[in-house]
Amino acid sequence: MNVATEGRLTQRARDARAALDAHVREIVAWHFSPETGSPFWLDYASKLSFDPREKVRSYDDLKHLGHFEDEWLRGGPVRRWLPKGFEGEPLAVFETGGSTGLPKSRLNIHDYRIDYSQFSETLSDQTFPKGSDWLMLGPSGPRRLRLAIEHLAQVRGGIAFHVDLDPRWVNKLIKAGKHQEMEAYKEHVVDQGLKILRGHGNVKCLFTTPKLLEALCEKISVAKAGITGIFCGGTEMNAQFHRFAREELVPGVDFVPTYGNTLMGLACSKPFDAEARDYTITYYPPHPRAVLDLVDPDDPERVVEYGETGRVMLTTLTKDFFMPRFLERDEGERTEPIDPYPWDGVSNLRLFTRFEESVVVGVY
Amino acid sequence: MLHIPLLRAGKPYRSLATGTLGHLATGEPVAEISQANSGLIARDLGRVVNARKELEAHSTPELVEISKRAGKLFAEADLPLGDDVQSADDYVLQTSVTTGLPQSMVRANMAKARFVLEEMETVLGGLTRGLDLAILDRGFGEQDGRTVSYRREADVLGAVLPSNSPGVHSLWLPAIPLKTALALRPGSREPWTPYRIAQAFIAAGCPESAFHYYPSDHAGAQQILLRTGRSMLYGDRATVDPWRSNPAVQIHGPGWSKVIFGADQATAWEQHLDLMVASVADNGGRSCINASGIWTPANGREIADAIARRFAEIEALPLDHPEARLAAFPSRAAAESLSNVIDSQLGQGGAEDMTARYRKGDRVAEADGCWFVLPTVVYCEDASHPLASAEYLFPFASVVESPQAELLDRIGPSLVVTGLTGDPDFQRELLTSTHVERLNLAAMPTSKVAWDQPHEGNLFEHLYRQRSYQGVA
Repeated sequence: MNVATEGRLTQRARDARAALDAHVREIVAWHFSPETGSPFWLDYASKLSFDPREKVRSYDDLKHLGHFEDEWLRGGPVRRWLPKGFEGEPLAVFETGGSTGLPKSRLNIHDYRIDYSQFSETLSDQTFPKGSDWLMLGPSGPRRLRLAIEHLAQVRGGIAFHVDLDPRWVNKLIKAGKHQEMEAYKEHVVDQGLKILRGHGNVKCLFTTPKLLEALCEKISVAKAGITGIFCGGTEMNAQFHRFAREELVPGVDFVPTYGNTLMGLACSKPFDAEARDYTITYYPPHPRAVLDLVDPDDPERVVEYGETGRVMLTTLTKDFFMPRFLERDEGERTEPIDPYPWDGVSNLRLFTRFEESVVVGVY
Repeated sequence: MLHIPLLRAGKPYRSLATGTLGHLATGEPVAEISQANSGLIARDLGRVVNARKELEAHSTPELVEISKRAGKLFAEADLPLGDDVQSADDYVLQTSVTTGLPQSMVRANMAKARFVLEEMETVLGGLTRGLDLAILDRGFGEQDGRTVSYRREADVLGAVLPSNSPGVHSLWLPAIPLKTALALRPGSREPWTPYRIAQAFIAAGCPESAFHYYPSDHAGAQQILLRTGRSMLYGDRATVDPWRSNPAVQIHGPGWSKVIFGADQATAWEQHLDLMVASVADNGGRSCINASGIWTPANGREIADAIARRFAEIEALPLDHPEARLAAFPSRAAAESLSNVIDSQLGQGGAEDMTARYRKGDRVAEADGCWFVLPTVVYCEDASHPLASAEYLFPFASVVESPQAELLDRIGPSLVVTGLTGDPDFQRELLTSTHVERLNLAAMPTSKVAWDQPHEGNLFEHLYRQRSYQGVA
């Protein structure tokens, strides 16, 4: 990177930070104002010795609010999360991942549409052609992906065909050691996807998970089936999978790895540099609506240095949902801003080492 | 650093996902190991037609000759190891420092594999019960005046392998002359032997496409088991139990091997003391063929006491010591954790660590930076005590007293049983017991294995099915 480019990027990073601070003030004002805020946060504020709207003036000031605990999302009443400013609007509730206890859930009013409309802007019109249809092959049900992929297809002028995979059932099968039953279920899911691909010639775009993509590619060449762009996500992907996908599973097809969950928007990956053949996956969150920090697992107040491994700390800053400084179950390396995304990213995202023993990541 | 790649139909492949294997004593990295993603394994195993054709291009006698050459190469030659070259001495040292097996035992296990490779014709003769091997090439033929025909059940034999001892690899070696390619998932601490055997076969003239080598996580292992028509699975009870009902998977779980006295020999136990010590302690007590139980109708406490005296003489020694008889644990914490488990079980009462009174110091000992659990024999007052059915990866055995009439009903599954009895009725009961897999009705340690005998199933019968054939003679 030359000096001028570096200087421009530094300035853009500085501007992004200023925009983030302004956005934090706006979101804190919204969630903690009696006119617009949610019962949860108004109640939370009533127990503080300060008014968050006065004390929290920047992103760094969010530390005064401590760390969001995802256990707060387990059970009801779910409307305690509804900002008063959105009362009367259509509501959706989304549940997290594949755990089998009482699900964690969050309300969604506009977020998934905004997040996926923004994500749509990052997709290539050549490989994800406007007006073409989508196959959504993955966990839908109570998850955000169901409506999100539908919306993505719609904003790009297409229709989304859906095949569901229930990750909670998959996790039960894995825990019970029912490997063959799990394979049969995966095959059942993939077979339904194949029928859609064979029956609907306008399907050119695919959302699926890494494992389902592997399973699909065992049956067919997705390129020959007409797929030109694949948006892949739902579970962790490492550099080896990325390389394997590009070199062997789907050569010639645009492959877009993403990181997202019900609690945040959708993080885009650093564009692939085919010449450098660098398969490291680096994600950049959708600033200023979400921020990913990499923090010292033993001292979450310390953001690690660039290149250093840290635990992911996620902050969601939207009018639908305010989630300050939630310590995720993932870890990765802190990565420097780049031109399309002039803020911090995370590389080599993976399950937080200390949780590895206890979490089942299935086919989903 | 030394790098061990995957082998995809014999071609080295360097994965972007790697694991590092450390030296047990120093913690220093010994090798970086490519890790196969499960999708890559599934993809490869869906495309093994070439391997089958290339193996079928060789006659069985040719493949037996290749096996013989591979045996010598495995034991003596410099062979490729990633971008490096590995001598036989390198192999011994590397295997020792990552598995904890003393160098002398690695050499002994290397000799076992060499023996099986060089004596392949005899081994196949045992597994096929003297079948004319040309029948496998032709597909049918005459044997003892009868028409026989065999159909191969799989193009690839999958093997999910352990780290405990290189000797186990001898079991899958006949797959190559039986014209079946291999998909090997090595144990995490023992990537060396399967890789070296593959290289020895390739150097001996075997088609490289016959070898798939996939260090991987559990998901990768699962793909091997699901996508090969026949496979072998080594592991503890929790690992193997989900696969027990799958006839395509040959299970190699815990051995729970035993020395069993008949009432007629229980008074003559002193004659068999060497046999019992060898059964429990050979090969560092790491094999499934090591006895973990001594069952007797009488004199149990005396037997346990005598074994304990002998066990107390076995010291923790450096891995390069020629007299070393114990294998090191991966860490001090692992050794102490296991020792604590045993103490906890002893704490329930009804069992006594007979070695404690003779052992100098704790059950956990250190030598040259490595950590060991010293040989232990417990006397169990009752067969229902949890230690009576325990099996651990070091010289450990429980001595259990049980009336002869009840004994065989209570022993549970037993991979190898050495039955010490001259009583024809009890011999008959041992022969008909469904608990007993391998039976030695002679005064020999459980750890003495005849390689032409089936072991937890017969590999030939696992890979080939006899079928009806009528037609052109």
